[in-house]
Amino acid sequence: MALAEEASRTTTRTDAAPVRRPNRWLKNLTGKVAMLPMILTALVIFLGGTIWTIVYSFTDSGLLPRLRWNGLAQYERLWSSRKWLVSIENLALYGVLSVILTLFIAFTLAALLDRKIRFEDAFRTIFLYPFALSFIVTGLVWQWILNPEFGIQGIVRGMGWETFNFDPLYNPNIVMYGLLIAGLWQGTGLIMCIMLAGLRGIDEDIWKAARVDGIGTVKTYVVVIIPMMRPVFVTSLVLIGAGIVKLYDLVVAQTSGGPGISSEVPAKYVMNTMFGGQNLGQGFAASTMMMVMVFIILIPWAYLEFGGKKRG
Amino acid sequence: MKLTTKLLAATAIVSAGAAGATELEVMHWWTSGGEAAAVSKFAEAWDATGNTWVDGAIAGGGDTARPIMVSRILGGDPPAAFQFNHGRQAEELVEAGLILDITDVSEAEGWADIITPSSLLDSCTYDGRVFCVPVNIHSWQWMWLSNGAYAAAGVPVPTNWGEFVSTAPALREAGIVPLAMGGQSWQQNGAFGVMALALAGKEAWLAVNQDKNADVVMGPEYARVFEAFGAARDLSTGLNVQDWNQATAAVIDGSAGAQIMGDWAQGEFAVAGSVAGTDYSCLPGLGEVALLDTGGDAFFFPVTGDPEIEAAQKELAALMLSPAVQVSFNSAKGSLPVRPDVDLTTVNECTQKGLDLLAAGSTVPAGTQLLSPDTVTQLNDLMTEFWSTPSMTAAEVQQQYSDIIADAD
Amino acid sequence: MVDMATNAASGSALNPRGPKPKKAFSRGNIIVYGTLFVVAIYYALPLYVMIVTSLKGMPEIRMGNIFSPPMEITFQPWVKAWQEACTGINCDGLSRGFWNSVRILIPSVIISVAVASVNGYALSMWKFKGSEVFFTILMIGAFIPYQVMLYPIVILLREAGLYGSLTGLVLVHVAFGMPINTLLFRNYFASIPDELFKAARVDGAGFWAIFFRIMLPMSLPIFVVSLIIQVTGIWNDFLFGVIFTSQDLYPMTVQLNNIVNSVQGVKEYNVNMAATLITGLVPLIIYFASGKLFVRGIAAGAVKG
Repeated sequence: MALAEEASRTTTRTDAAPVRRPNRWLKNLTGKVAMLPMILTALVIFLGGTIWTIVYSFTDSGLLPRLRWNGLAQYERLWSSRKWLVSIENLALYGVLSVILTLFIAFTLAALLDRKIRFEDAFRTIFLYPFALSFIVTGLVWQWILNPEFGIQGIVRGMGWETFNFDPLYNPNIVMYGLLIAGLWQGTGLIMCIMLAGLRGIDEDIWKAARVDGIGTVKTYVVVIIPMMRPVFVTSLVLIGAGIVKLYDLVVAQTSGGPGISSEVPAKYVMNTMFGGQNLGQGFAASTMMMVMVFIILIPWAYLEFGGKKRG
Repeated sequence: MKLTTKLLAATAIVSAGAAGATELEVMHWWTSGGEAAAVSKFAEAWDATGNTWVDGAIAGGGDTARPIMVSRILGGDPPAAFQFNHGRQAEELVEAGLILDITDVSEAEGWADIITPSSLLDSCTYDGRVFCVPVNIHSWQWMWLSNGAYAAAGVPVPTNWGEFVSTAPALREAGIVPLAMGGQSWQQNGAFGVMALALAGKEAWLAVNQDKNADVVMGPEYARVFEAFGAARDLSTGLNVQDWNQATAAVIDGSAGAQIMGDWAQGEFAVAGSVAGTDYSCLPGLGEVALLDTGGDAFFFPVTGDPEIEAAQKELAALMLSPAVQVSFNSAKGSLPVRPDVDLTTVNECTQKGLDLLAAGSTVPAGTQLLSPDTVTQLNDLMTEFWSTPSMTAAEVQQQYSDIIADAD
Repeated sequence: MVDMATNAASGSALNPRGPKPKKAFSRGNIIVYGTLFVVAIYYALPLYVMIVTSLKGMPEIRMGNIFSPPMEITFQPWVKAWQEACTGINCDGLSRGFWNSVRILIPSVIISVAVASVNGYALSMWKFKGSEVFFTILMIGAFIPYQVMLYPIVILLREAGLYGSLTGLVLVHVAFGMPINTLLFRNYFASIPDELFKAARVDGAGFWAIFFRIMLPMSLPIFVVSLIIQVTGIWNDFLFGVIFTSQDLYPMTVQLNNIVNSVQGVKEYNVNMAATLITGLVPLIIYFASGKLFVRGIAAGAVKG
């Protein structure tokens, strides 16, 4: 029973917001002033930048941004480009797998590290270190490891298993999984840290209560702890999602979009058209479409996060 | 010699006009060993005039460096000079009035008479005014062959594309990949361009690249090229590399027979200690149509509004084309000089072939001078898709290629 | 064993926190350590390849197996990466930009973490009408590839007279770090028990007093996470550093890029690996040093006390 109270107190806390919110305008003024940098950044940089990008996506800007209207031509070309369509398919596949696997691996590792183990610092640093290294070179290392001649395939074949096949970067059908192996390697450490910080913020009495109620360790995590960590999961999701949408360095470092165009991704399309093809308008159109997609995904979330409360 | 002295004198006159020691920041993407050595020739020559060269190297090629240069110009803090490929990439900067007009330097130095082929100066000329300095000539139009690989297979080194294709099975039997090709799109599209010029001939190639004639793409000459390119695709299976120099490395160590790549590949052979003629052979124009496309690099000078810097910029422009600097720079970089009146210090068999072709005027403009970067990017994407999709037929790629050419500006 | 057992027993009796400590070789422990160990191999394998490669000479790299340890250990690549590697015509390796990177890192990290934590605190505890609209805009901003916004920001900074200055670069880092870090703090503060805030309000504490005296000490782990994100991101940033500053302010990553990213010429893999590992050392030190701060939050105790 104690457990249920603990859990509900934490998860429903946001619902209580109106109660403790000071109604006097002057008190709130400090909050508003403190948020000024954020408001300015949101309006000038992000809203302003977004509008700027959308406006210029209707122009024929090449090397330099210029206001010479071009109607919907950039969008027509975008959606008739095979490379763009392949990019979106790839991103969807990579995105779904990356979200699921990152959350699963990161939470499992964080939970294991939270079991009062020895060498926690060493393990945590090993898992996190890939995050600190520039992908220009770590991508090359993965290129080596996954290379059929001298990477894992070569080693296993050398040990006598002649038919062993593992060439994810050179097979168009599975190249996205090859990228995923390196992407998870680089990105899970940070999410693990966020999860760990979340776990460290959970009241230890929960565990005591769970034991009193006779709930097993794994079940406690699934039934009690994870629901309590909803805000942490939201943070992680946004972080993973932003990483997926911006996925670029990883692809360039490992496959440059190949074999052929089989591992192209939208952010790479944007960069290639803007700076390689010197066609800013096309790049802006592509990034506008990316923003639209993000918007479609974020709106239900924002509704749940903010809209739901108003009813409560 | 007399010409040289005269030119040096001309340089001196321009120098005298400059207000003395000036620091110029020069941005470029030349960072590898040979490239950096070449840049330092510019820097030494510039420092010797009493001015200071501030080096702004950004590695990663034009795609990385270009947005940085454009940002600096847009932000109102431009470098004094920057490297771009001449031709169509800088059109807009010139149109926007951001680039210094150096027509007076060009006239004083007589560039119109000395720069060969004249198409190089044409690529720097917009509406009759000169806006950049072409500093070297690079050509895509080469095939590099491993003498060792052919010896191992027991067949003579091919002297043209037909022989190359017919000896390929012998190489396969010896466990050698006939054609080395990296996985990046520019390499595959570049190789196609070489094959197009070599197999379809100058006329058809110019009709497509210069006049954007999509009908020629659908014609019989180009059909033959697409067929050959499809066949080349099969000759390259078995070698999984990304970077062009990894592919060159396979030719050097004899695990691959040949590579279609620009003359910059010679730098790799030189570093590996391979000797032209003994260890490797070279075929300009694939041994079919011996023509060189003459691309290369150029320097542009942003408008700064500061007369002192402007004078120094013009002085630097003149210096880059002076005979001594042309020799030292191009010898280090492995490229060909833009003026025929100088002798490179070290010339091997392959470089000599290139110089002979230049002297004979067997040249065409480079693809980048004729096609916009946007078109080149689209062609890169198409050709790389074809290259790694065995189910895609030559007829399909031919149709899509002609669509892109029809849309090109 | 005896000590451990007693400690464990007394620990759970007196101060029953966390899962029940296990015996050293219980089945559960073997699973925990076994899993961690296997996963650690996946994470450490590429690092291992990098380290051994950085200690080999070039001939050995061309010949050898990427997994084999160096036959002859050489530290030359490390020395070269730090002080000899040429980037263009300047041959002084990574050392050239190191202090610039530090100069950029310190103000950017301090300001961005401070601003983000205040944002998160205000957004979760001092909401006002419309505050969430700004927050949502910020969230969408987290998803925009920032390369798209380069030119508008260049123009913005030019108009503000900040283009090319350290201040301008710091502002850019603060702005682009804001979405993720604000979200991080907002969601963390949202999980801090309500009673604390109410009690403090009753005692008459204001906006800043509650922030500094109550919220800040309770949220060390999340500060660490934010610090990790910002230090890593800003230290490894290449694009902003090279676009919004000039020559004399270029961070170390410009040299790193020039060393490892040359398009032509022979790639010196050992120097590339060493340069990457050296660049990664500063974040690594932060990761290790911050371990001490990864403590269990004191939220629970505070409520009772």
